[in-house]
Parts: sequence; C-alpha cells; structure tokens
Amino acid sequence: MSQPLSWNRLPRLIPEAVYTLNERKLPNSERAPRPLLAYGNGRSYGDVCLNDQGTLLHTRQLDRFIAFDPCSGLLRCESGVTLNEILQLIVSHGWFLPSTPGTRYVTLGGALANDVHGKNHHAAGCFGHHVTAFELIRSTGEKLLCKPNLNAEMFQATVGGLGLTGLVTWVEIQLIPVQNAWMWVESHRFSNLDEFWLLNKEAESHWPYTVAWIDCLARGDTRGRGILFAGKHAANQTQLPAYHEGSRNVPFDPPLSLINGVSLRSFNALYFRQPVKPQGSLSHYSPYFYPLDQIQNWNRIYGHKGFYQYQCVLPPAVAQQATAELLDAIAQSGQGSFLAVLKTFGEQASVGMLSFARPGATLALDFPNRGEQTLRLFHRLDAIVSAAGGALYPAKDARMPASLFQSGYPEWERFAGFIDPEFSSHFWQRVTK
Amino acid sequence: MNSLNRIVIFGATSSIAEHTARQLVQRGASVYCVGRNAEKLATILADLKVRAGTDQIIDGISADLADSIQHPALIEQATKALNGLDGVLIAHGTLPDQKACQAEASLTQQEIQTNALSVINLLTLLANQFEAQGKGVIAVISSVAGDRGRQSNYVYGAAKGMVTLFTQGLRNRLTRAGVDVVTIKPGFVDTPMTAEFDKSGPLWAKPEQIAQGIINAMAKGKSEVYLPGFWRLIMLIIRHIPEFIFKRMSL
Repeated sequence: MSQPLSWNRLPRLIPEAVYTLNERKLPNSERAPRPLLAYGNGRSYGDVCLNDQGTLLHTRQLDRFIAFDPCSGLLRCESGVTLNEILQLIVSHGWFLPSTPGTRYVTLGGALANDVHGKNHHAAGCFGHHVTAFELIRSTGEKLLCKPNLNAEMFQATVGGLGLTGLVTWVEIQLIPVQNAWMWVESHRFSNLDEFWLLNKEAESHWPYTVAWIDCLARGDTRGRGILFAGKHAANQTQLPAYHEGSRNVPFDPPLSLINGVSLRSFNALYFRQPVKPQGSLSHYSPYFYPLDQIQNWNRIYGHKGFYQYQCVLPPAVAQQATAELLDAIAQSGQGSFLAVLKTFGEQASVGMLSFARPGATLALDFPNRGEQTLRLFHRLDAIVSAAGGALYPAKDARMPASLFQSGYPEWERFAGFIDPEFSSHFWQRVTK
Repeated sequence: MNSLNRIVIFGATSSIAEHTARQLVQRGASVYCVGRNAEKLATILADLKVRAGTDQIIDGISADLADSIQHPALIEQATKALNGLDGVLIAHGTLPDQKACQAEASLTQQEIQTNALSVINLLTLLANQFEAQGKGVIAVISSVAGDRGRQSNYVYGAAKGMVTLFTQGLRNRLTRAGVDVVTIKPGFVDTPMTAEFDKSGPLWAKPEQIAQGIINAMAKGKSEVYLPGFWRLIMLIIRHIPEFIFKRMSL
C-alpha cells in the first residue's frame, strides 16, 4: 500500500508494517510488529492516526453492518464503516446521524476515537453522547463490551481515546429521526465579532444546528465579519426539490500551494459577499453538512507540502476576548485561513476523558504549510489559547507542544492507565514527552 | 441483459464475492451464500440483511466446497431458498503455497481439487440445471494466472487454466440453450488472500472494482473478461512471448 497519510498530508511517517484487518481480531506480532494503531479513512489532520514504528491496522475492510432496527433507529456496525455508508442506508428509512463532523468520509471508529462534534453540539453534545455500546479488543485477547454503564471507565477512556485503548471492532449508535433528506437553512451576515456573539446566542436558542464562517483577514471595525448558518431538519412536505449529487476532483498535486495571499484575500472577500438568505431556504443535507466532500481530494490544493489545521476551544468567560486576539494575530501575520469556522459548544460535559469539546467557543482554521513562518504564528496563537485556559483538538493537530496538551487535558495521566500496552501513536509519544 | 434477481454465490466469504453480493443486494437481488468459514459467513449474511429491502431473500449455509459430495444438496437448497436461480457465481479458491506444493505431491493434488475439480463438479451439475431451464448466467472466477504457467505459481495457474478451458467448452455447449457462461480473470486484487504481497504498484485493484466488473459481465452475458480490462493486453503480450525465451525468465 502507498504511504499512509492523514488528510493534511503531514507529518509523513512510515510505520514498519501496514496490516489490513478483515475480521474482528488482532493479528499476531509476527505479522504485525508492535506497537499497533488503527488507521481508518485518514481524515484526521495530523498524527493521531499515524506512527513511525510498529503496525498500522487498516480498518476500512471492517465495513459490515451488524444490525439496524428501522423502528428504533439503533444501528450497530463494524468500526471501518464510514458515515457516508451509514447515511446511504439510513436516510431513506427516516433516520439521520445524531452528530456529524464536516466530512462524511470518516469511519465510525475514527468518529468515536476522536469524539467528534458537529454543528449541533450546543443542542446534542458530541458523537460520544450517542454511542450506546462498542466492542474493544485488547492485546491480551480480552474482548470488552463497553456501554455508558458497563465497563464505564473503559468506555470513557475509549471515547475520545485516540485509538490507544485497543481495537474498537464495532460501534452501536442511536440515530435521530428525520422526515426527509433536506434541511431548512437560514443565513445571516454579521459585520464584526460583537454582532456574531449576539446573533449566535439568539440562533442557538432555537436552531439545532449553527455555525459561522469568518473572514479572518478582515481587520479593524470589520474584524470577525462573516456569515452565520442556522439549520434544522426540514419538516414533512409534499414538494421537495430534486437533488443531484455533483462531484468534482482535484486530480493531482499542484507544484505549489494554490492557497496564497492573493487567492485567500479574494476568496474571503467574495465569500463574505455571497447572497445570504435570512428568510430561509431548503438545502439537501449533503451540501449543508459536507460542502467540501463535493470536491474529491480537496486537500491537494495545498500542494505536496500539505497544510495545518488549528482548532482551539476557549472557555466561556474569556472566549470573546481571546477570539478577538486570535483573529488579530492571524490578520497581522497575513497568513489567513481559507475557511475559518467559529462555533460555540453547549454546556453538556463530554463523555471521554480526553474529549475536546467543552463549554466555550471553538475556532477552526487551516493554514498552508509555509514551514517556520507558519509554526511561528502557531506559537503566538498557542500563547493566547494557553493564557485563556483553552485547549487544542488532537484530531486536528500535527505540532502542539506537550505542555499545551497536558494543560488542556488535565485527565491525561489518569487516561494513560487505560492505554493498551501494545498500542501507541506518534501523537501520543509527542505530547507526553 | 440477464436478470440478476436470484443469485447463488459459492465461496461467498472471499473479499471479491462479498463485495459482489453487496452490490447485487443494492440492485435489489436475493442472494444465497455458501462459504466455508461459518463465523465469517454469519457476519456477511447479517451485513447483507441490513442492506437488503424487506422483499429480498438473504440466506446461506456454511460448507466446505472441496467436498464434492455435498454439491447436489447445496445447489438444491439454494434453488429452493431463492425459488429458482437466475445466476451463479463460483468464487471459492485458495492461493496455494507453490514451494510447499513442489515438496509435497498430495498438497498439489489437494490444491487442484479445491481450485479446479470442485469447481468443475459444481459446473457440471449447474450446467444441466441451467440448460434445462433454458436461461440464466453462470460466472466463474478464474485468474490471469491460468493464461500461462509460471514457476512462481504453476499449481494455482494449472488449476485456473483448467477452469478457463472447461468454461470455454461449457460456454460453447450452453450458448445454444440460452445460458451465458462467463469466465472472470481478475489480475492482482487487494484482498486478504493476497495479504502477503506488497500492493503499492498501479496493477493492484480493489475488490469492489472487481465486483462491479463481475456484475456488469454477468448482466451483459460476456464471455471472457479481464478485470480490470488492461489485463487483457498484459496477458496478450505474456501469452505471445516465445517459450524458448519464457522458460528462462524468472516469473
């Protein structure tokens, strides 16, 4: 198989071996040198799914459904099934994912291990809140059935546990009922951060899904201008538009990143000026939840050097101030982000010991990899996040310093006690040094 | 176009067969699966049942197909479960350890039994049933390895070559009866059967791609298909290398 990569295509690490799992069991150490680490569909941004030693266990062939009850919406499948495959099965039965990240090409195992969140976090919590059971195989050969109230500590360690507690072979989730495949969406322009906080608070109180796009290059009075998208599943209606799934592809690596100062400035300016629909309109779930999935291999636009994601969470008391400081630092650096996303998390405590989501605001940005220059900017951003008492998202990290991880995840030492001794990742070694 | 509404798959736990079953089920077919590994078969049947609509029949049985005595009963059970057959896919097989076969004649025999004779036994029984019903499609997974003997896997190659030649003759016989016989020749496929190989080259295909090719060939009633198609050209060249050169090559 070709070199295993995560979605931002860095770091580039080559393990000793790659093993394709087809059955729900661990290979012996002759065929698969230790340490082990599950690799799903490579949609995280960094090294939580990578290692430069031992064996990567490819889980995409563990892609079987086990049970689905169309009456109760309880679905059990192997951990290599993608959210896309689940949607293809469930939507026509009137069910939807209870929580979904911005791409449907993640595996169920990956969604669990990173305890991902979606636009409905303020109303529905994280992915882990909807997991009713899973099976964990430990290197001792032990098979553990984990539920919120059965092997509860192992459940809490494994949800958000970055694949370190063993191999998750199947996951059971509770789906949510929907009437159809469509969303009712309103979009509102806001001209600065202050307006965002007001608008967002209002939107969160009666919309299950909210998210805002921010023009991170705007400065001064327009700092933090952007568009807020609020959505809900569409009601039952007789007249639904036809939907045809388009698909475009980035067929090869451009020699240089196509994301540069000029393209960023024009994209952000144009995006801000897109027509908004405050009166609301119908949108199929696909472009609403997964706009980037419609461009296959979009990660290639950053060229061979890849890119970084930077996603932080900032505690409520300081969120407004710290968000402003982050945007200032980014605007000053001139290294804008293509799509900066701002959202507030709800109050519900996460399930996992290492879960990222917690009350406060979360800002997500991507930056082309310009080497030292980019890392210097991150250093400044880290200082702001750290002073605010915030944390970075392991699923989107390829460089955070160990100190920032440890301050952001105070339970990390307790978590370490649940790690399977024959599992490890490059990320884990990096942040626990 | 052949109707593919009721299909029995022999060797249903192989990766190619599993993906073929899934895609058939997505097209609304009822499927009966025969496979050796009972645990794996149960996993696959559960998966197919979730994917299938309420009016589709998903059923199967675990059996060792190397044991030809069971074949008539298996065919009868499948026909009964599906209420008749539109098509068959024979996909079972092993990838023998060539070196071990060279050292042990009985192992060679056993591999020929599994990969060729058991297939021929099934085909003989199925041919009569399909000839009598006067329609349907019989597809068999052979291999590009059957196109020419090579030192690195000629036991497997000889077995597949026998299957290729047998299906050629059978096709000639059954065409008159309105039955299509399809010989499938996959190249390198990324499956657990080939887990020991380095699969980084461009020649390696995914089982789901091969599955799509199989269904297409069955529906259209094609004769001999290479999957992916470029293998036809590769094998054309390989078949035409003069033997006095070929015998000195390390292939």
